[in-house]
Amino acid sequence: MLMRLISGDRPRSAILTVVLLAIFLGLLLAPFLFPGVRSLETAARISVFILLAASYDLLLGYTGVVSFAHTMFFGMGAYGVGLASQHMGRGFGSLIVGSLAGAALAAAFAFVIALFSLRVRAIFFAMITLAVASAVAVLVSQLSQITGGEDGFTFQIPRALGPANRMGEFMGVSITGKILNYYVIFFTSLAFFLLLLRIVNSPFGRVLQAIRENDFRAEAIGYRVVRYRTIATCISAAMAAVAGSLFALWLRYVGPETTLSFEIMLDILLMVVIGGMGTIWGAAIGATLMVLAQTYLQDLMGSAAEATLAVPMLSRLLDPDRWLLWLGVLFILSVYFFPAGIVGRLRAGR
Amino acid sequence: MTDAPAHRPTMGDLPLADRIARAMPVLLVPILLVLGFLAIGNPSSWLTLTVSGLAMGMMIFVMASGLTLVFGLMDVINFGHGAFISVGAFVGVSVVLGLAEWTQAPSLLLNLGVVLLAVLAAMAVTGLLGWAFERVIVKPVYGAHLKQILVTVGGLIVIEQLIHVIWGPDEIFFARPEMLKGAITFWGAALEKYRLLAVAVGLVLFVAMRMIFRRTKIGLIVRAGVENGEMVEALGYRLRLVFIGVFIAGSALAGLGGVMWGLYQEVITAGMGEEMMILVFIVVIIGGLGSVEGAFIGALLVGLLQNYIAFLEPKVALISNIGLMTAILMWRPQGMMPVVKAK
Repeated sequence: MLMRLISGDRPRSAILTVVLLAIFLGLLLAPFLFPGVRSLETAARISVFILLAASYDLLLGYTGVVSFAHTMFFGMGAYGVGLASQHMGRGFGSLIVGSLAGAALAAAFAFVIALFSLRVRAIFFAMITLAVASAVAVLVSQLSQITGGEDGFTFQIPRALGPANRMGEFMGVSITGKILNYYVIFFTSLAFFLLLLRIVNSPFGRVLQAIRENDFRAEAIGYRVVRYRTIATCISAAMAAVAGSLFALWLRYVGPETTLSFEIMLDILLMVVIGGMGTIWGAAIGATLMVLAQTYLQDLMGSAAEATLAVPMLSRLLDPDRWLLWLGVLFILSVYFFPAGIVGRLRAGR
Repeated sequence: MTDAPAHRPTMGDLPLADRIARAMPVLLVPILLVLGFLAIGNPSSWLTLTVSGLAMGMMIFVMASGLTLVFGLMDVINFGHGAFISVGAFVGVSVVLGLAEWTQAPSLLLNLGVVLLAVLAAMAVTGLLGWAFERVIVKPVYGAHLKQILVTVGGLIVIEQLIHVIWGPDEIFFARPEMLKGAITFWGAALEKYRLLAVAVGLVLFVAMRMIFRRTKIGLIVRAGVENGEMVEALGYRLRLVFIGVFIAGSALAGLGGVMWGLYQEVITAGMGEEMMILVFIVVIIGGLGSVEGAFIGALLVGLLQNYIAFLEPKVALISNIGLMTAILMWRPQGMMPVVKAK
C-alpha cells in the first residue's frame, strides 16, 4: 500500500528516510506540535513550496530543461484563485474554478512557449521563458484595474476556512478554520506530490530521463523528444499553478511580490539544486530547508550585522537585505561541488 | 566529342524572390521605418522617435554583441552578462560623479573627456571582471548547458548583490554632462544630443567590429571558430585563448553599453543589467544565436518598434518585444541569421 502510494520510489537511504518521515510528520502534526501563528505560517509555506519545487524538478531534474517562468505559472494559479474569489464571491466554487482556470492558463502558456522554443533548441527555452515571464510580471503590475498592480489585492475565502470559524478544542489546541485551511493545503499538496512521484516513475518519466541524459539517442530510439519535453513542461506548469492557488488560499492575498518576483524563482532553483536535481524527494528536502532558513536565518543575519557594526564592510555583507548574496554563493558552490544535492549525497554514501 | 550534357550547370542569377528572401532581414529595418512613418503620419515626431529608437537599438546592440559571440564561439550561454552591464554603469557613473567640475563645465571638450574616461574605466573594470568570471564561474562547466545557466545566474546574483554592498542599496540619480543635455532642432523635430551621440558610437562600433571580423586575422579565426572550432584547433590555433579574449571583449562591451544606458536614463540601479538582459536575450534570439549582424538588425528592430508602439499605443509597448520575437520565430525558428555550424 505504502509502496504503491510512493510509486515504488524508495528514498534508498536510512538517513533520508528518517528525514523525510520527520518532514512528513512535522507537517502533518504542525498545528499540534508547534502551536503558534508563525510556525503554522512556516508549515503552510513549506507545504506549498514542496509542491512548487517538486513540479520544477520535473522540468529541471527529470527533463533537463531550465525554465525561468515557473513563478509566472505559480502566479497564474494565485491570481486565478484571487480573481475568481473577488468576482464570483467567496465560496468553494470560486476556489475550484479559479484553480482550474489558473492551471489551464498556465498549461496553455507553457504549451505555446514550448512550441516556439523547444522545437529549435532546449537552450532557447531558458531565454524565452525569462523574457516572457518578465513581460508578464510587468503587465501584471501595469494592469492595475484588474490585478491591483504592484499592491496586489486581498480577497475573501470561504468562511469555513477563516479564523473566525471555531470548531472546538483538540489536544489543547483550539481548532479554527485556519487550521482546517492548513489541512486543505497540506493534503492537496501531498496528493499532487504523490501524483508527481507517480509521473516520474512511470514509463513517461523514464523517457524524460532518457531525454535528459541524451536527447539525440532518445530521438533515435523513436521517442519524439519535442513532444515529451512539451508535455513535461505543460504538466509542470499546471502543477506550479496549483501550488500558486494554494499559496493564495493561505495568504488570502495575491500580489507580484509574493508570487511573480524573480527572487522566488531563485528560491525554487536553489531548493531543487540543494535538495538534489532529478529526485522528487530532493525537492521536499530542499524546500523545507530553504523555507526554514529563510524564516529563521534572516533574523540571525540581522543580529550578526548589528554585532559587527564596527567593521563597515562586513556588517553590510551581513545585512539581512543581502540575504540573496549568500544564496547566490551557496547556489554556485552547490552546483559545482554538490551537483547531486543532499539526496544524491545521502544515497551515494550508503 | 559529344555535346555538353543537358544538365550543365547554369550560371544565371538567383530568381528575384530568392534574393529578396535572403536579404529580408536587412530589409526589415527600412520596412519598419516606412511603416512607422505611415502609422505616425507626422514627420517631425517620426524623426524624433526614429532617432531615439536607433539610439536604444545601438545601445542594446553594444550589450548583445558580446553575448552572442561568446555563445557562437564556445557554446557558452552567459546569463551573468547582465551583471557586467550594471557594473559598467556604476563604475562609469562613479567617474562622472567624481569629476564633477568637468561634468558641469560648459565645455564640450571637457564633457566628452569625462564621458571617455567613464567609458574607459567601465570597460577596464568589466573586462577584468569578465576575465575573472570566465576563470572562476564559467570555466568549470564547459559543455554542460544546464550547469552553465545555473552557475551564471548565480554569478549574476552575487555580482548584483555586491554592487549593493559597495554602492549602497539605493538607486543613484545624476545629471548628464552639461553639453550633452538638451536637444537640437532639425526640421521641426527635437533630437536629443545624447541620443545622436549614442547612435554615432553604436554605428562606429558596429563598423569597427565588422572590419575586425572581415579584414583581420583574429577576426578570421573567430569567424572560423564559430563555424567549426575543432578544425581551427586542428590547424594549430589555441581557440581557448581566443575565446578568453572574446569573453573579455564582450564583457567590456557590456560595460560600455551599461555606461551608455546609464547616461541615457540618468539613473542607475543594480537591477538594471537584469532588466536589460531581457531585451538582450530577445535581440540575440531573433538575430540568431551567434550572429553579430543578426544581433545588430535585431537590436534596431527592437529599439524602433518599442519607440513607435510606445507612441502609438502605450499599453501595447509592454509586450511589443515579445510579439516581435514571436513573429520572427514563426518566420524563422532559428532566428533571422542563424550561424551555420559545420558539424
